[in-house]
Amino acid sequence: MLNYILSRLLTFIPTFIGVTLISFSFIRALPGDPIVVMAGERGLSDERYAELSAQFGFDRPIYIQFWEYLTGVLQGDLGTSFVTKRPVWDEFFALFPATLELSTCAMIFAVVLGLPAGVIAAVNRGKFFDRALMSTALVGYSMPIFWWALLLIIVFSGNLGWTPVSGRISLMYYFPDATGFMLIDSLASGQKGAFSSAVQHLLLPTIVLGTIPLAVIARQTRSAMLEVLGEDYIRTARAKGMSPGRINGVHALRNAMIPVITVIGLSVGTLLAGAILTETIFSWPGIGKWMVDSIFRRDYPVVQGGLLLIAVMVMVVNLTVDMLYGVINPKIRKR
Amino acid sequence: MSLKHTLAAGLLMTTFGVSASAQSLVYCSEGSPEGFDPALYTSGTTFDASSHPLYDHLTEFKVGTTEVLPGLAESWDVSEDGMTVTFKLREGVKFHSNDQFTPTRDFNADDVIFTFDRQGNAENPYNSVSGGTFEYFASMSMPDLVESIEKVDDYTIVFHLTRPEAPFLANMAMDFASIMSKEYADAMMEAGTPEMLNQAPIGTGPFTFQAYQKDAVIRYLRNDEYYGDKARVESLIFAITPDASVRYQKVQAGECHVMAYPNPADVQAMKDDESIVVMEQEGLNVGYLAYNALQPPFDNPKVRKALNMAIDKQSIIDVVFQGSGQIAKNPIPPTMWSYNDAIEDDNYDPEAAKAMLEAEGVTDLSMKIWAMPVQRPYNPNARRMAELMQDDMSKIGVNVEIVSYEWGEYLERSKDKDRDGAVLLGWTGDNGDPDNFLAVLLGCDGVGAANRAQWCNEEFDAKLKEAKVLSDQSARAKLYEEAQVIFKDQAPWATIAHSVVFMTMRPEVDGYVVHPLGGHIFNQVGLK
Repeated sequence: MLNYILSRLLTFIPTFIGVTLISFSFIRALPGDPIVVMAGERGLSDERYAELSAQFGFDRPIYIQFWEYLTGVLQGDLGTSFVTKRPVWDEFFALFPATLELSTCAMIFAVVLGLPAGVIAAVNRGKFFDRALMSTALVGYSMPIFWWALLLIIVFSGNLGWTPVSGRISLMYYFPDATGFMLIDSLASGQKGAFSSAVQHLLLPTIVLGTIPLAVIARQTRSAMLEVLGEDYIRTARAKGMSPGRINGVHALRNAMIPVITVIGLSVGTLLAGAILTETIFSWPGIGKWMVDSIFRRDYPVVQGGLLLIAVMVMVVNLTVDMLYGVINPKIRKR
Repeated sequence: MSLKHTLAAGLLMTTFGVSASAQSLVYCSEGSPEGFDPALYTSGTTFDASSHPLYDHLTEFKVGTTEVLPGLAESWDVSEDGMTVTFKLREGVKFHSNDQFTPTRDFNADDVIFTFDRQGNAENPYNSVSGGTFEYFASMSMPDLVESIEKVDDYTIVFHLTRPEAPFLANMAMDFASIMSKEYADAMMEAGTPEMLNQAPIGTGPFTFQAYQKDAVIRYLRNDEYYGDKARVESLIFAITPDASVRYQKVQAGECHVMAYPNPADVQAMKDDESIVVMEQEGLNVGYLAYNALQPPFDNPKVRKALNMAIDKQSIIDVVFQGSGQIAKNPIPPTMWSYNDAIEDDNYDPEAAKAMLEAEGVTDLSMKIWAMPVQRPYNPNARRMAELMQDDMSKIGVNVEIVSYEWGEYLERSKDKDRDGAVLLGWTGDNGDPDNFLAVLLGCDGVGAANRAQWCNEEFDAKLKEAKVLSDQSARAKLYEEAQVIFKDQAPWATIAHSVVFMTMRPEVDGYVVHPLGGHIFNQVGLK
C-alpha cells in the first residue's frame, strides 16, 4: 500500500510543474494589461506605467518572471495580490474554509440522497420510481445553477420566509473566526441560536451546489448497480435464497461502488466550478468568487496561486479516491 | 394579517432580523473593499467602507452636494497669487484605538504631513508598504502640484504649490486625502506590522472599525469621541452581497436596511412596493461618443454636428438605461455647479442631419463605433447603444461598423491620435469640480490620452486654464459656462446620457441623502 501511495505521489511532481506553468501562462495569454485595467478610464502617464511595470516585475523577460514565480512557490511564497496588496496565502486561507464547508455539505447531501436513490432505481428498473427518478435527475443535471438558486431564494426566502436569503450566519451573531468553519465556530461560540442560524444559512447553498453531483451520483449508481445485478454471482446468491436486502446492500452495492467513487472524486472539480456561481449568489465568502473577481481584474498572483492551490486540492482528492479503490477492492491494492 | 403572515414576520424578526438591536444599521454593499487605507485604492466600494465611515479629511464635501466645507481644517487661507494654502487645524480631535494601539495625543499637523508625504515621497518608509501605488494621488497631479508642506505649529500647516489650482481645496476632501495617524503608523512600523495600517484602520471618523470577514461582513461601532455630530446608530454593518437580485430580496426580507445599485429592471417593482423606499438622483457622470477630430471628415464640426442630430437619444435612454438615465446635453452633469442649462441640445432630426452632411459634401460615409466591453453606470450596455446608433446612422446614409476590444486594450487603443472611429466612453467625477471633467477630457493637454476626441480648441482651452487659477467660484462658473457653449458649437462628442443613481431602502431608514459624488455615507443616518 505504501509503495502504491508513493508511486501516486511521484506523479504529483510533473503535474505540479505543469499546473504552475499553465496557470502562469494562461492568465498572461488573456488580452488586457493589469496596469491599464487597474487605472481604468483615468489612465496613467507613460512614466507612471513604467514605474508600476517595474514594481510588478513586468519589465523583466517572461522566463525570468516564471523562474522567480516558481522559486517563490517552492519556498511557499505565492506572491501578493495586485489589488488588495495582501499575500495570496492569507487571502486563500481566509476564504477556503467557507468553500470547504459548503462543498463538504453539498457532497454529503449528494451522496446521502444520490446513493440510495440510484440503488432503489436500479432495483426497480423500468418501474414508475425509476423513470421518475431518472427524469428528475436529468432535470437536476441540466438546471442552470444561477436560475435554480434564485428560484429557491424567491420561493423559500422571499415568499415563505423559511430560510435566510444569503450570507453564512445572521448578522446578530458576532464572534471571532476560530477555524473559519461556521458550523464549528458557531457551536464553539456558545451563543444561543448561532449554530441553528449557521445551519439555516447553509441549507439553500448546499441544495443548489449539491444538485448536479446528486443527479450524477444517482445516475451513476443506478447504471453501476444494473451492471452488477446482471452478474452471475448475484444470480447465484438469489438462487441460494439470500435476502434481497443483503444482495443489493452488501454484494451488489460494494462492487458497484468503484465507478461511483470515481464519479464522486470527479465531482469535486464540478463542485469547485459550481461554487463560483453559488458563492456569488448566496454572498458566500469562498474562493470561487475570489478567483472570478481576480480574473476580471487581471490580478496575476491571485489567479496563479488560486489555480495552483485548487489543482493541488483536486490532486489530493484523486489520490484519496485511488486509495479508496484499494480499500474497497483488495485486488487493486495488491497489483 | 393572516396567521401565516404573522408567523412569517415573527420568524423573520427573531431569526433573521436585520440586527441585534434597533441601533444597528445594515447596508447591503455590492462588493468587498480592497483594503481600508483609501490612499492605496481607487474604487468607490473601498471608499464606502474606509474613507467615509472611518476617516476625516482637511476639507469635507457637504453630504448631498459638491460644496466644500471645513473638516479637520477649521479654516484656510489662500494667498493672493494662489500659490500657498494655509490650513488652521481643528484641536481636540481624537484618533480611534484598537487592541494594538491607543493614541497618546490628539490629531495634529504631523498627521497631515505623514498622510501626504508617504504618498509622494519614495523615501518615506510607508511609501512601499502594502505595495503602495497611490494612483489617485498621482492622477490628481499631486506630485507636480505640491512643492512642499510646511508645519508652522501643531495646528497650522502650509501647502506650497507649484501653480495656482482652484480645485485644490476640493482635492483635499477626496478619499485619497483621508488623514491617517502618524503615531499609529510609527507604532506599527516598530512592531514590524506596517500593513496593519491597511488591515486594522485607525482614523478620526464617526465610526470605529470593529471587524472584517472578507467577502462577508464589515462591522463598525459608533465613535463616541467624534468631534462633529455623532453617528445616529450604535453600529453599522456592511453585509457584502454581490448579486443585485439577492440584495433586493434581502431588503424585502428585512435582512438589510439599505442597498445600492439595484437592477434597472427591478426599479419599477421597487417603486410599486410600499414597504420599500427608492431614492434617485443624477449621477456625477457622463456617457459620450467621442469622434476623432483629427481625422477627416470628423475634423469638420458641421459633420460632427450632423451626426449628433442623427442620434435618437431618447430611444437610448429607454432601451439601454431602461429609465435609469437622463439625456445629456452638456459634457458635465446637471448636479455640478456651472452647468449651463441655457444650452439647447441638438434636435433629433435625421432629415436635417442628412441635408447637413450633403451640404458638407459628405456622401457614402462609413465609420466605426467602438463599443466598450464593460458595464459602467454611464453606459450599462455599450454594445446595445452602438447598435441603436448604427440603426440611427443608417437612416442618414451612414454605414456604421461596430468594433470592440478587451477593456485594457480598449482604453489603450482609443487614445491613439490616428484611431479609426468614434469611441463610446464616459467619466465619473472625482471632486465635483468642472475642471475634473472639462480639462481632463477635453483639454489640449489630454490629446493622445484622456481626450478621446483628440480635440484641441484654443479658445475653449484658454477658458479652462483661466478658470483653473481663479479662486472666485462665480467667476470660474462663468468661464465654464462659456466653455460649454463652445463645446456645443464644436461638437467633439455626442453627449449621450447621465445615469440616474437609485438607492433602495426600508421605510424605517431616516436621514439618508444620495451623494452626488457617488459615495454611500451613513454618518447621519438613523432608524425610526
